[in-house]
This record gives sequence, C-alpha cells and structure tokens, in this order.
Amino acid sequence: MSHNVYLYIAVIAITSYLIRVLPLTLIRKPITNVTLESFLYYVPYVTLAVMTFPAILSVTDSPIAGACALAIGIISAWKGASLFQVACGCCGIVLVLSFVL
Amino acid sequence: MSSERKTAQLHRKRATTIAASPHAPAFREGLRDGVPIGLGYFAVAFSLGIQAASIGLGPFQGFLLSALVNASAGEYAAMTVMAALGTYLEMFIITLVANARYMLMSASLSQRFSPETPFVHRLLVGFGITDELFGITIARPGAVDPFYSYGAFTVALPGWALGTVAGIIAGDVLPEILVGALSVALFGMFLAIIIPPARKDRIVGVLVAISFAASYAASKLPVTAALSEGTRTIILTLLIAGAAAVVCPIKPQQSEKEERQ
Repeated sequence: MSHNVYLYIAVIAITSYLIRVLPLTLIRKPITNVTLESFLYYVPYVTLAVMTFPAILSVTDSPIAGACALAIGIISAWKGASLFQVACGCCGIVLVLSFVL
Repeated sequence: MSSERKTAQLHRKRATTIAASPHAPAFREGLRDGVPIGLGYFAVAFSLGIQAASIGLGPFQGFLLSALVNASAGEYAAMTVMAALGTYLEMFIITLVANARYMLMSASLSQRFSPETPFVHRLLVGFGITDELFGITIARPGAVDPFYSYGAFTVALPGWALGTVAGIIAGDVLPEILVGALSVALFGMFLAIIIPPARKDRIVGVLVAISFAASYAASKLPVTAALSEGTRTIILTLLIAGAAAVVCPIKPQQSEKEERQ
C-alpha cells in the first residue's frame, strides 16, 4: 500500500485543489489577522528560495555552471525580464558553459 | 468577390455571432493572453519532466500529475518526497507548504467575484490558479469574468501537461548537454517569481537571502543534512516565514497591492 505513485498523485492533486478552491469558496471577507496575512505573504518567497539554492548547484554537471545560472537568473529577473526570458537565460548560460568547462 | 458571396459571408458571420454566447469576447481575450503563458509553461514543464523521469515517473504518470496539479514548485517539491519514498502525511504537508501562496491568491480572488456569478465558477476558476494565470486574471479591471479565465486555461494548461510529457519522453533522447541546460529552467522560473518582489520589498529581499543561506547550511549540517530535501523545505519555510511574520508584519493591504501590480 505504501509508496504507490498514483496515491501520491491523488494526495498532491486533492491537497492542491483544496488549497486553491477553499479560500475562494469560503472567504467572503478580507483576512484581518495581520500575523496570518504576513505569514501567507512571506511563505512563497521563502519556499521557492529554499528550493532553489543550493539545489541549482547540483542539477548541472558542474556546480560552477549552476552558480552562473543562479547569477544570470537573479540579474535578469532583477532587471525585469519575463519568466520565459529568465528561464531561457539560465538554460543558455549552462549550455554555453558546458562546452567551456 | 461577387456580391452574392459577400452576402453569404455576412450571413455566416452574423449567424456565428448570434450562436456564440455573450461570454465569447472574454473567452477569446483569454485565449490570446494565454498563448505566451502556454509557451512558457511548455518550456518550464519540459524541465520538470526531466526531473520526473529522473525519479522514475512514466509519461502517463507525469501527465496525470501535471494535468491535475498545475504547479511548478508544488510538483517539484512533491517529487523530492516521492524520490525519498516519504509518507503520505509528508506529501500532504510539502504540498501544502509549496502551494501555500495559492491560498493567498485564492483569498484575494474571492474578493473579486461578483455575487451574481454562479458558485460553480468559483470551483472551476480555482482549479487554474497559478502565478501567471492569477496574475492576468487579477490584472483585469472589475469583477472576475470566469470565461476569460477559461480561455486562458484552454491554451496555457495543456502547455504545462504536454511539456511535462515531452520532458519525460525526450529527456532520454536529447543529448546530455542539452538536458543539463534545460533542467535549470525550473529554477529560472522560481527566480522570476521571487526576485521582482525582492527588489520592490526590502524585507522580502532579505528573507530570500536568509533562505538561500539557511538552505545551504541545512544541506551541510550533520543533523539536517540527513533529512530529506522536502522535510528541510517544510521546516525552513515554517521557521523563516513564521519569524518574519512576527518580527516584520506587513502593513494592511500590502499583499494585495503587490499581487495586483
């Protein structure tokens, strides 16, 4: 019973659907608890940052290429590049470096 | 062109206009705005598919996961739990944490639904809340038109699911150099989500830097390094975001304003 891929997928799908739909169907008034609102506001940035680093260093063959992708990603996103452009920039630098390193 | 053909064309045009529902213009606008998002999703999902293949997911499993879940970070985080053969409880918690931002978006969208919009649309629009689709939905003035969202979903969401499948299948076929390069696309997407707000809001910027440092430290320190990647993500998120909420509470309406930009 344990570690069934389809059960995993069911847990992920049901949980993420409820996350998306419960507030939309239940909340009719704005959230007023400042701490809760602040927590919800900060969570995505912390989660994504934690998942990005240092994982980006180990996804490529060379950690240097991963570090360069991180730098290019941060700089281009900082300068206002779109999601697609940032993703392409990261891939591009890793591709170029794979011939050099 | 003969006048007869012209008249016939006019008739046909009028007939289709009459046949189309009053929601057709919003639906078409949604289709149009969804195209670039769908293309971006395909590329990023391809990268996710490579990850999926690396932990042993097949094309159908990857398709099912992406078609039902529509979440880059959520699916990636879930895969780290799958790879570690984590428990279903762990899977539930990591999904909750990695997708928590959708809760906030959903809460924000709830304020933008007209009371006249039938309830079923809340159930359907909620399914497609992603960073980008939420962004274009909330960027439109006035009450949410569910048919605009459906138009955008129609082109964007298949891009996500099919991109995942393509990544799983072609990840094996593509030269290793290309696969290595494409697998950072997902992280590029994460950076594109977190860096612009980090630039605008100094506290978010500091939190991102702290998160990078803490995550690196946790992956090296003896006790925490033994935990799975997913568990580390849960613990660090609760600690850092929780501390930040207490130490630097946001000003009222700040979160909503950020989202609307």
